[in-house]
Amino acid sequence: MAPVAPRSGEAVFASVERVNAELFTLTYGAIVRQLLTDLEEVEEVNKQLDQMGYNIGIRLIDEFLAKSNVSRCVDFKETAEVIAKVGLKMFLGVTASVTNWDADGSSCSLILEDNPLVDFVELPDTCQGLYYCNILNGVIRGALEMVSMKTEVNWVRDMLRGDDTYELRVKLLKQVPEEYPYKDDE
Amino acid sequence: MAVTVAVYSLFIINKSGGLIFYKDYGSAGRMDTNDSLRLASLWHSMHAISQQLSPTVGCSGIELLQADTFDLHCFQSLTGTKFFVVCEPGRANMEALLKAIYELYTDFVLKNPFYEMEMPIRCELFDLNLSQAVQRDRPPVFPGR
Repeated sequence: MAPVAPRSGEAVFASVERVNAELFTLTYGAIVRQLLTDLEEVEEVNKQLDQMGYNIGIRLIDEFLAKSNVSRCVDFKETAEVIAKVGLKMFLGVTASVTNWDADGSSCSLILEDNPLVDFVELPDTCQGLYYCNILNGVIRGALEMVSMKTEVNWVRDMLRGDDTYELRVKLLKQVPEEYPYKDDE
Repeated sequence: MAVTVAVYSLFIINKSGGLIFYKDYGSAGRMDTNDSLRLASLWHSMHAISQQLSPTVGCSGIELLQADTFDLHCFQSLTGTKFFVVCEPGRANMEALLKAIYELYTDFVLKNPFYEMEMPIRCELFDLNLSQAVQRDRPPVFPGR
């Protein structure tokens, strides 16, 4: 069978069902507020958001693969580009640029110029340690883990904390081989 | 056109080789639970062995097994979940059907918040959409598109 051509982020974004952006932004805001009320500690909220993102990511990756027709990436560089240009576009409606590669090509930055999660948001003084969009880290980490890549994802710059843009640092820790048996002698 | 279902049965195997979904569509080749579990784990192992035996580099395993009385088409997602259908010999378009089934799985199984990953699938909406896709024998029309 001839492989199906991969679809661009725009094409997938146009074909999937979408909700009103404001509903999405406000719903996310309500979740963060509730977590702050429930957990009280800002640090705990960061952790919880990351965990929630992870749980989303491990499921969302299949939808991404099914609807974008993206095939196996040859290296981590391609993976980062696909996340920035297709993945983020498909689910968030924005694209990111990939920069700041380190020497061995195992970590890079995703720069988000536009971030629909934070429309209307101003961080109060009591929440200064909060990574408001920490859910995104978890989503990327979870999604990549399901395609055999262990990663670490952190916010480096956050406009809500006074930086000039949104920068996510994605670091590839290791690639888990997919072949059986995983280890002959175990 | 008379309603003849070309697909005999559909299996979904999780990435560790456990059968998480099995459904019969025709009268041919019906199986009891034990047989379907056995077939699923057998296929999982054969698929893995075929990847290693294949002379081509980066082989992704058996896609089609042809026999006198049936064809078996298999699709494995990059996350390791395998979907395979057993159908009439020589039926075309099964790759498209498997692809459509994968999309239905992402929509109606993975997005169901009460579905536990890697566990047997018991989702009515999935069943419903699946029967439509299989009976139509072509990619289904998704709601809202």
